[in-house]
Amino acid sequence: MTDAIVAPAIKATGLKVHFQTAAGLVRAVDGVDLTVAQGAFHGIVGESGCGKTTLARALIGLQPVTDGQVNILGRDRAEWARADRKGFARAVQFIFQDPLGSMSRRQTVGQTLEEPLMIHGTGDGKARRARVAELLDLVALPDTVLDRLPRSLSGGQRQRVSIARALALSPQVLICDEPLSALDVSVRAQIVNLFARLQAQLGLTIVIVAHDLAIVREVCSAVTVMYLGRVAEEGAARRFFADPAHPYSQALLSAVPSPDPRIEATRPRILLEGDPPSPRNPPPGCRFSTRCPVAEPRCREMEPALRAVPHGGAAACHLADASIHAMI
Amino acid sequence: MTAPIYEVEGLVIDLYTPSVSVRAVDVAGFHVAPGETLAIVGESGSGKTVMTLGPLGLLPEGVAVDLRGTARADGKDILSMSPADLSRLRGGFFGVIFQDPMSALNPMLKIGPQLARQAQLYAGLSAEEARKEAVSLLARSGIPDPEDRYGRYPHELSGGMLQRAMIALALAARPRVLIADEPTTALDATVQAQILALIRQIQKEDGIAVILITHDIGAVSVLADRVAVLYAGQVAEEGSAVDVLTAPVHPYTRGLLASVPDFRSDHATGTREIPGIPPSQTQLEPGCRFADRCDLVQSSCRTHRPPLVRLGAGPVPHRVACPVVIAAEGIVTHD
Ligand SMILES: Nc1ncnc2c1ncn2[C@@H]1O[C@H](COP(=O)(O)OP(=O)(O)OP(=O)(O)O)[C@@H](O)[C@H]1O
Ligand SMILES: Nc1ncnc2c1ncn2[C@@H]1O[C@H](COP(=O)(O)OP(=O)(O)O)[C@@H](O)[C@H]1O
Ligand code: SF4
Ligand code: SF4
Ligand SMILES: [Mg+2]
Ligand SMILES: [Mg+2]
Repeated sequence: MTDAIVAPAIKATGLKVHFQTAAGLVRAVDGVDLTVAQGAFHGIVGESGCGKTTLARALIGLQPVTDGQVNILGRDRAEWARADRKGFARAVQFIFQDPLGSMSRRQTVGQTLEEPLMIHGTGDGKARRARVAELLDLVALPDTVLDRLPRSLSGGQRQRVSIARALALSPQVLICDEPLSALDVSVRAQIVNLFARLQAQLGLTIVIVAHDLAIVREVCSAVTVMYLGRVAEEGAARRFFADPAHPYSQALLSAVPSPDPRIEATRPRILLEGDPPSPRNPPPGCRFSTRCPVAEPRCREMEPALRAVPHGGAAACHLADASIHAMI
Repeated sequence: MTAPIYEVEGLVIDLYTPSVSVRAVDVAGFHVAPGETLAIVGESGSGKTVMTLGPLGLLPEGVAVDLRGTARADGKDILSMSPADLSRLRGGFFGVIFQDPMSALNPMLKIGPQLARQAQLYAGLSAEEARKEAVSLLARSGIPDPEDRYGRYPHELSGGMLQRAMIALALAARPRVLIADEPTTALDATVQAQILALIRQIQKEDGIAVILITHDIGAVSVLADRVAVLYAGQVAEEGSAVDVLTAPVHPYTRGLLASVPDFRSDHATGTREIPGIPPSQTQLEPGCRFADRCDLVQSSCRTHRPPLVRLGAGPVPHRVACPVVIAAEGIVTHD
């Protein structure tokens, strides 16, 4: 057999999303290249306002883009969505942070799950009900929830329903915006494990926007760190966490406390000063230069491009290259 | 051991809304001493906020409340205090930091004067002294250019800066007990680390008592000397932070900690799940509140509420409400 070239699940090039506001232009996403391999569990992390949600929404076309291109499963997304809207919707699904926001308050769980099947004309009533039962099974919900309204469910149950609904049409790609943030710790672990199981079982590609870095390291195969609308660093998750190359990534990881107080009592910590600057006027040169503990004069003039770093991924820092990386 | 400065015992809090009644706190208590940080940990709805702030009269609005038990601040019974005395105590003796800074700051007033007023009212400073104090509190809370920020309105500050301003406000009255209710939940990791470092520094410098209410084990690990784990309105386990976080005994504490990943560890950690969800606190079943989710449950667990039993002989009492694990693992009890 010749080498079949498998198209990435997602490939974004030069993606920009700018918002015109009364206070000026907000560069929420400002030139992002992103490749998500098929079958990957890809985490996107970064601080509030760095553009994660905007990026995730732009990937699936929920957000008009200012510039750049997105290919999904080898096909131009905009062209695909125009030519075959339903086919595109079957292939790619989005899960919102607040599951209540994406469900109708008056629909029961059963109706919520059956709706996409009806819209896409999948099978007759009996086949649809069988599929709904299968979906409940997949996300480990008892069939007693079928007649209940979303409001009456716990946060974890609601998130299971929204995952089941997204899976109804057997998508190949699932994009999730902070599906864990609203959940309590013990329930969060249930949903994380559910994602991991679904991914293995169904061969899904999952992109997950997440706040909790430790969970990303636990379940993701790849990770992208964003800072002020740009990619600061990317790589294979385990290798990235073992050896982050970008000073911002190093500070971000250092900020996560250890659950062991004995380690916490002695661990050296990198404390960044200040908050991230506003995407209204990103600083010139490296966007992290206003907070970077190892910034050099050139950092304030020249914007660093992504370059290969020792962990095998890439980082946008003048002090990083394939053999060394910046060290705070 | 220093005597506690805030101490709550046998607290029961029932909340009645038109549709349901909830036993938010079910015979629980805690204590904290000057210079000490107590973390109260539990999932949302476990009763952390109501248990800590309820005795001070800070209770959810629009709900009928029935509160019983004892609560002492600096040795004085606060449950029998007049509303005026209690209000004075809240303003001066206790400082509270909330998750949402805007619940404490007045959006219509400049930051600095809000702080100065607090210092004048409760720390007994003159207007001129209070102004200086406000500027130095802003500086101390890590706000750059405090003279300028003194004259700013809350909406002109970023989330992290607002959180600092609220800490400054809580400190303005020179409280003896600082209560921080989920102080970093809404903040980013790097800003969260700054705020936790700030609280720790203040505590070291002023020797005040701190109560940290949180569901974030990481924050507990950074700040706490002692930890109380709350489950469905009851204390499941309490002890030194090292005992509770590194040698937990109660099955709920163990499950909770196993569901928290630690990315510094070499092997896979975390993401072990506790099946099920916490019980609704509307129907009061006898027995252990954790029984429906517990791997080790026995029939006796469902009939008798497990008492908090002190373990070992450590200087900081380690107490656990699970006779099953204590017996199964042959853990030596104190008494
Ligand atoms: N519709 C909009 N109009 C104007 N500005 C917007 C709009 N949507 C987002 N922004 C701005 O774009 C930037 C990126 O926002 P985005 O929601 O993508 O961030 P995020 O990384 O998802 O943050 P969080 O972690 O808080 O969810 C922010 O500064 C935000 O205020
Ligand atoms: N305004 C309210 N009306 C009705 N019940 C409430 C209200 N506030 C809190 N409760 C109930 O009291 C219990 C404890 O709440 P709380 O102390 O806020 O928990 P925590 O701080 O641990 O998240 C929960 O069962 C919650 O549902
Ligand atoms: S390019 Fe310079 S300022 Fe930017 S992260 Fe690297 S060292 Fe810091
Ligand atoms: S008392 Fe019984 S149900 Fe409760 S935690 Fe212990 S073993 Fe489990
Ligand atoms: Mg977002
Ligand atoms: Mg609370």
